[in-house]
Amino acid sequence: MSEKEDLAKQKAAAAAKAKAAALAGKQAKEEAAEKPEGEMDIAKQKAAAAAKAKAAAMARKQAKEEAAEKPEGEMDIAKQKAAAAAKAKAAAMARKQAKEEAAEKPEGEMDIAKQKAAAAAKAKAAAMAGKQAKEEAAEKPEGEMDIAKQKAAAAAKAKAAAMARKQAKVEAAEKPEGEMDAAKQKADAAAKAKAAAMARKQAKEEAAEKPEGEMDTAKQKAVAAAKAKAAAVAKAKAAAAKNRTAVKESKEVNTPSELSPNQSKLDQIVSAIESHVGQGALLEHYINRLSKDVPTLVANPDTYFSIAKFLRYDEQLNFSYLSELHGTDFESHMEIYVHLHSFKMNQSVALKVKLDRDSPVIPSLVPLWSGANWPECEAYDLLGINFYEHPDLKRILLGEDWKGYPLRKDYQPYDVEV
Amino acid sequence: MLRTEEMLLNVGPQHPSTHGVFRLVIKIDGEIIKEATPVIGYLHRGTEKLAENLQYTQIIPYTDRLDYLAAMTNNYVLCHAVETMMGVEIPERAEYLRVIAMELGRVASHLVWWGTYLLDIGATSPFLYAFREREMIVNLLTELSGARLTFNYMRVGGVKWDAPEDWIEKVAEFVPYMREQLAGYHELVTGNEIFVNRVKGVGIYTKEEALQYSLSGANLRCTGVKWDLRKNEPYSIYDRFTFDVPTREEGDAFSRYHCRMEEIEESLKIIEQAVEQFPEGPVLAKVPKIIKVPKGEAFVRIESPRGEIGCYIASEGKKEPYRLKFRRPSFYNLQILPKLLEGENMANLITILGAIDIVLGEVDG
Amino acid sequence: MIKDLLHSAPSLLNFGIFFGLAVLLLFVVLGFVTYGILSERKIMGFMQMRVGPNQIGGKWGLLQTVADVLKLLIKEDTIPKKADKPLYILAPVIAFAPAFMVLATLPFTDAFQFADIGVGLLYYMAISGISTIGIVTAGWASNNKYSLIGGMRAAAQMISYEIPLVMSLVGIVLLTGSLNLNDIVAAQEKVWFIFLQPIAFIVFFIASVAELNRVPFDLPEAESELVAGYHVEYSGFRWAFFMLSEYVYMFAMATLTTVLFLGGWNSIPFLDFIPAAIWFGLKFSAVFYVLVWIRVTFPRIRADQLMEFGWKVLLPVALANIFLTALIKELINLF
Repeated sequence: MSEKEDLAKQKAAAAAKAKAAALAGKQAKEEAAEKPEGEMDIAKQKAAAAAKAKAAAMARKQAKEEAAEKPEGEMDIAKQKAAAAAKAKAAAMARKQAKEEAAEKPEGEMDIAKQKAAAAAKAKAAAMAGKQAKEEAAEKPEGEMDIAKQKAAAAAKAKAAAMARKQAKVEAAEKPEGEMDAAKQKADAAAKAKAAAMARKQAKEEAAEKPEGEMDTAKQKAVAAAKAKAAAVAKAKAAAAKNRTAVKESKEVNTPSELSPNQSKLDQIVSAIESHVGQGALLEHYINRLSKDVPTLVANPDTYFSIAKFLRYDEQLNFSYLSELHGTDFESHMEIYVHLHSFKMNQSVALKVKLDRDSPVIPSLVPLWSGANWPECEAYDLLGINFYEHPDLKRILLGEDWKGYPLRKDYQPYDVEV
Repeated sequence: MLRTEEMLLNVGPQHPSTHGVFRLVIKIDGEIIKEATPVIGYLHRGTEKLAENLQYTQIIPYTDRLDYLAAMTNNYVLCHAVETMMGVEIPERAEYLRVIAMELGRVASHLVWWGTYLLDIGATSPFLYAFREREMIVNLLTELSGARLTFNYMRVGGVKWDAPEDWIEKVAEFVPYMREQLAGYHELVTGNEIFVNRVKGVGIYTKEEALQYSLSGANLRCTGVKWDLRKNEPYSIYDRFTFDVPTREEGDAFSRYHCRMEEIEESLKIIEQAVEQFPEGPVLAKVPKIIKVPKGEAFVRIESPRGEIGCYIASEGKKEPYRLKFRRPSFYNLQILPKLLEGENMANLITILGAIDIVLGEVDG
Repeated sequence: MIKDLLHSAPSLLNFGIFFGLAVLLLFVVLGFVTYGILSERKIMGFMQMRVGPNQIGGKWGLLQTVADVLKLLIKEDTIPKKADKPLYILAPVIAFAPAFMVLATLPFTDAFQFADIGVGLLYYMAISGISTIGIVTAGWASNNKYSLIGGMRAAAQMISYEIPLVMSLVGIVLLTGSLNLNDIVAAQEKVWFIFLQPIAFIVFFIASVAELNRVPFDLPEAESELVAGYHVEYSGFRWAFFMLSEYVYMFAMATLTTVLFLGGWNSIPFLDFIPAAIWFGLKFSAVFYVLVWIRVTFPRIRADQLMEFGWKVLLPVALANIFLTALIKELINLF
């Protein structure tokens, strides 16, 4: 439903876009939702881009109020702020209509350097969009941008897209996606196409939606064509060039707010521990979001060894690999941090235990993992944590005659000559 | 009265084959080792303690001095830990530069290992060949970072500088050259009867023992555990490249040798692909001048040439870490040495120690 | 001339002449060692794709070794406190003297030889065995664990490899019917023994590398294991003596190989207008080059494998070669 008069040379691009829009429209119907699509043609004006982003943001606010919509204003070009203004106006009008009808997206699209005619056409398009929206209580404006050389504009868009996504979550309603074609990154484009495809699927599930922003570079029909194709075979191509942002985006979608992908594993581990080691064996357990979502278990000093033993030898869990062991002085207490890995579950887990700072004593893990030998010596050496039943606890780095434990926060260097 | 007695021999801390200041006290009966006790700490500089009073960017040069043969990876692990906690998005170009730099570092590190290992075994020439190629890598990395070993190149959010002009082309040229040389290495050494006799069946451990002793890297993969964090827990952009994780089943010194040699090839593959896909763009994300990590803790681990290098940060939200800890692969890998040496011939001591591939800067922290 | 002198009545003049000649030979040998070391370093540099010495004495580094020797001369002479002092001082002499003594019987050309004695080959083998004592003494007297292990290794190795070395030569003696080195050279006027006794040559060559303590058999000094083996405590000119004896042995062994297997100074047919001395020099250089080549190429063999190889492979092969040679010789005589 977007119409473009794009420049004389981009009919192909326009066609592709129109198609995409049509598809989006269908989905929107089914889900009573919508995808605005912003596309911009920016010749050289970052200012224009900024203005647009602002407009989009405003539109989004309105949309919230009305349970759904995003007009996107887009602007063009080369020297016509006037055109931009006209568009904005058109967008505003469209928005009003949308309000009345509980849903719609006008779309302003503009083109280039000297075509006010185009602007007029767009206004028309917006109007039409409004009508359709009424019928379907939903719609997809499409903004498209043409970025000749402005990465800044692209960045702005990405930001806008991100914001839009957040709103979408809140309202269970939509994901615009900014896509950029940097003149030379087809791979990127493919990846993005995939992301878009994924996003769309998810959107369906969640009664949500993804506007798609697409950008065209000033003179590359070929690119446009390639993009259309890319969208079609998105998966195959995307495999080759996976885009990190794409991955991230989808992740965000996957894990709205609290639920971490590792939550189920944490639950499994915790329930196994509680049924075998005993209720209350764990002081607490949580997903450490800062640390790549690693399930974290905090043990009691009394249950520390038995939990470790259980993790090590349980058939299902089988944490056979000790990746790291160290201590930390938190001033209020000492803490041992053990990072374990299970090849069977393909999952890491952090096991922590808090110790009394004045007499830090804890069973050694060497009987379970021989690899804990030196790390425990190191913790003994630098922090003064005593591991009992350790086969050979010694000051491994500093030597037996060293005074004090350097990594303790209250450590005072001892120097005979001072 | 004729009698025999055990002799206590100090190998190191100054010994040509301990690769630094590593000391091994061995009890020998003739040339048979009865007991071996490693003594470490001669190079302990207290990096972790120092870091508690430094800002994150200031810590990066200290990481260079841990595993000084592959300092890029150390740079990365610290930045990666900070970035993970802050949730910084790294610009594409920076990611590619990082990966290329790290993989070049991996090749260089394995070359040093190969050369010195052969030198330990008594062959002088491979050392010079390996260092010739390594010198080219070092030159490339010097062009990139300005330093030969202690690069200090990575920053939280990206890298310090963009690559100089033509740098990528030079890297691209290096890859086929290195492949050619690698074939020569195999011709010279891999099939050599004397060499094979010295390393085959020496220093064997099983898969279970390797896991039990927390070995990582080629030391783990030589027992058949297909475990490479680049593949199994992809970080940075490693999931974009096709490469293999070489493994062997035997668990002896020779299998470790094979694993490392094949890893060079895989690294070259990664470099090749990265060079092809090398994008334009900024190299440093927008991060605050003074980096403050959110309150909390994180442990990240990545694959260094020597194994699994990890970085633990506990932060109070200040500009210095509250506690910084590196999981140093050499430190963990070295633990199995006394067990491997027991009952071995003196001559195998060097073969076994060399095959573990330790860097003392890393062992001692 | 020397023969005449040997047959003349002993006198102070004769002693003086011999002494002068010996000193002369010593300097010739030292000259060789100087340039032998240089050429070894140059060849190694070439094979390892670097330049080698190129600073002192022009771009070829011609005076490099001279400078090195000079440095060794003025270096501090250290003797460890707990060393067995007399033995410590004596050891380098014991190691070096035999190396020089063996040169006496070696015929360099038909004209250039000091003592043409009947059992020249046996003399060489017997005298060279003495060096082992010097090395063991050095290892013991240093009172250092590394040097002790190195010394013991050296003793074990040299004794083990002396046997296949001698055994491999029995075939030649069988063919020649003489232990005299001149006779052996004369017997090769038509065909070199390397072609008649290929197995013996291989055994001899391997064993000789082991006798020289060179890579891949350099266990006594195995730098990466024993730091420097038996001479770890020696410095300055005492150390230089060990080095010197090693290179003189290399010189002697290359000469012996040339004499025994490559036809000595005999020329290739139709090329006999080239002087004998040059022929000898060429063959000698080839052997020397191969010795260096081996050093550059191979890693070090392990002690137990070394013993195994010596006793279980080389010795049986050498014995089989004797048997085979005797058999073939008898068969030829029969018909």
